[in-house]
Amino acid sequence: MDWHTCSFYVLSVMILGSALMVVSLRNIVHCALFLAFTFMGVAGVFALLHAEFLAAVQVLIYVGAITVLILFAVMLTQKTIGISLKQTNRLAPLAVLSAVTFLCMIAVIALNTTFPTSGQHTVAVSTQTIGSAILGNGSYVVPFEVASILLLAAMVGAIVIARGQDN
Amino acid sequence: MTLTGIAEFIASFFGLPGSSSVWIVAVLAAAILLGFMLLTVLILIYVLRKLLGKIQARLGPTRTGPKGIFQTAADALKLLIKEDTIPVKADRRVFIVAPILVFVPAYLVYVVVPFGEGNHFIAKDLNIGLLYIVAVSSINVIGVVLAGWASENKYSLLGGMRSAAQLISYEVPQALAVLGPVMLAESLSMQDIVKAQGEGLFSWFIFRSLPLLGFIVFLVASMAEINHVPFDLPEGESELVAGFNVEYSGMRFAFFMLAEFAASFTICAIAATLFLGGWHSPIRGFLDNGWWTVFWFFLKSSALVCLLMWIRATYPRVRVDQLMEFGWKLMIPLALFNVLVVGLYVALGKGG
Amino acid sequence: MPSDYAYVALFAAIGVAFIIATLVFSWFIRPSDPSPEKLSTYECAEEPVGPAHVQFRVGYYVFALIFVIFDVETVFIYPWAVLLRSFARNGMGMFAFVEMVVFLGILLVGLGYAWRKGVLRWE
Repeated sequence: MDWHTCSFYVLSVMILGSALMVVSLRNIVHCALFLAFTFMGVAGVFALLHAEFLAAVQVLIYVGAITVLILFAVMLTQKTIGISLKQTNRLAPLAVLSAVTFLCMIAVIALNTTFPTSGQHTVAVSTQTIGSAILGNGSYVVPFEVASILLLAAMVGAIVIARGQDN
Repeated sequence: MTLTGIAEFIASFFGLPGSSSVWIVAVLAAAILLGFMLLTVLILIYVLRKLLGKIQARLGPTRTGPKGIFQTAADALKLLIKEDTIPVKADRRVFIVAPILVFVPAYLVYVVVPFGEGNHFIAKDLNIGLLYIVAVSSINVIGVVLAGWASENKYSLLGGMRSAAQLISYEVPQALAVLGPVMLAESLSMQDIVKAQGEGLFSWFIFRSLPLLGFIVFLVASMAEINHVPFDLPEGESELVAGFNVEYSGMRFAFFMLAEFAASFTICAIAATLFLGGWHSPIRGFLDNGWWTVFWFFLKSSALVCLLMWIRATYPRVRVDQLMEFGWKLMIPLALFNVLVVGLYVALGKGG
Repeated sequence: MPSDYAYVALFAAIGVAFIIATLVFSWFIRPSDPSPEKLSTYECAEEPVGPAHVQFRVGYYVFALIFVIFDVETVFIYPWAVLLRSFARNGMGMFAFVEMVVFLGILLVGLGYAWRKGVLRWE
């Protein structure tokens, strides 16, 4: 097994293990911490696939921002220590059933698909590629601007909700 | 004798296959940078104490060794043999993990710091170097919040949350301020950015397009990022005792300090790289190769370090409301203004 | 040939190993003499009153949310900044510039809204 495959499996174990912790631990702050480890593992996979820009963004946004947002939300919801969360309810068997069904479905599809493999080298300079996709003539210019409106809507929504609670 | 040479020697000495020398180089580089990081922190703390002493008309450390030069080494030793207590009520596991999440990102930044010309003086010149720095240094917020939370102490939690609010508020202007050099150099790689400033003093990015603004925004935002005076609220001893690390003692406490002082060197190194020509000499082609580049790099970084120490000795601490409003209402608009002005300059095809 | 990011992983591993090694080393040479007072929570030499995990006000969360949005915005600017000059060389500089002005303008409306509504004020 070469280094590439080996690191892929190490990262997969890290991602899946942490993800399992996120959905099974009973302390919500521990869950948030493991969520951060999951995100770091995903960043590792991106780096492994030579998508270095995405890897950095994954760390910057998901580890450095989303996790912090979640932690702040936890701190907002008062006393968190000593409370052991119950992550399941009486619908758990049903949820397991539907999840397993979905997993089987995905597995069947994945196993029956022949994925086209490219003979070309992976794109080395991903920042430039993404940049020209955003800027290039007519390519993704409109979605790019729409993303900005989406961000604006998110911001205004957040402010309205937060202020509503204050008053 | 280069690192590769040493690695090949080690590989042949232990009869390892030739391909393993790449890994030996990497491990050696990592070890050297770790040692360098610890050494800088030792020196930095000593110089800081002496300089603060000078500015405040007192002597600073004098007892340990000639002129007290072993003072920080003695402090480090003291921290090493100090009892390490974890409060009973603390969340032990998170308490132990938190210093790692603060220390390791501070160390990871060293991967892309260009100490000099070429590949010998940088661990790895990543393509996305600058974005890597911004991304990696955003991890420590989690460590700070968790350290405060896990201590199960009111001061810690309040300090941790305030610190996190400060860190995230100044991360945005910091990440925006570095874009000026990126636009001018057309690259995120640290070495490319330095190479774009090789035409002497006036080709440094601090003087190009919109002079000074980007540099000042970067430096001020970075000072807030490392809890430097006047933004040292998280540790405001008068109101928060010591902030998020009250309950930490011994080596665990030392890791927070190490990370903070190491970061105060790296931000100076990064500021020198981005705005002051990095390892280039101020005069074009004058002593601008080999080990001289390392000299210029350290000269510039140390000058900035001294500037920060001077600021530390001069300014009083700001209030928390002033801090947040300064960040959001002044720093971010200024940083965006800087991006747009430099952007216009580049878009018009100037300075290319 | 390991990839560039193997270096990063290696550095991270060595950083963690250094912390563990130092703590283990210090564990051998430091004293350990815990007492109930030593292990109690520090609260200016008083008995701690009530739980430490107080509820924080919503202001923190709003700042975190606006921060996430600005962080995402910053990520969009990075590729643009890298490519701007090469677009300028092809005579498309102003197009790219205006594109970013529109993008930032929309977000500045958001910042202005937050400012007007007073959520950027820290009480």
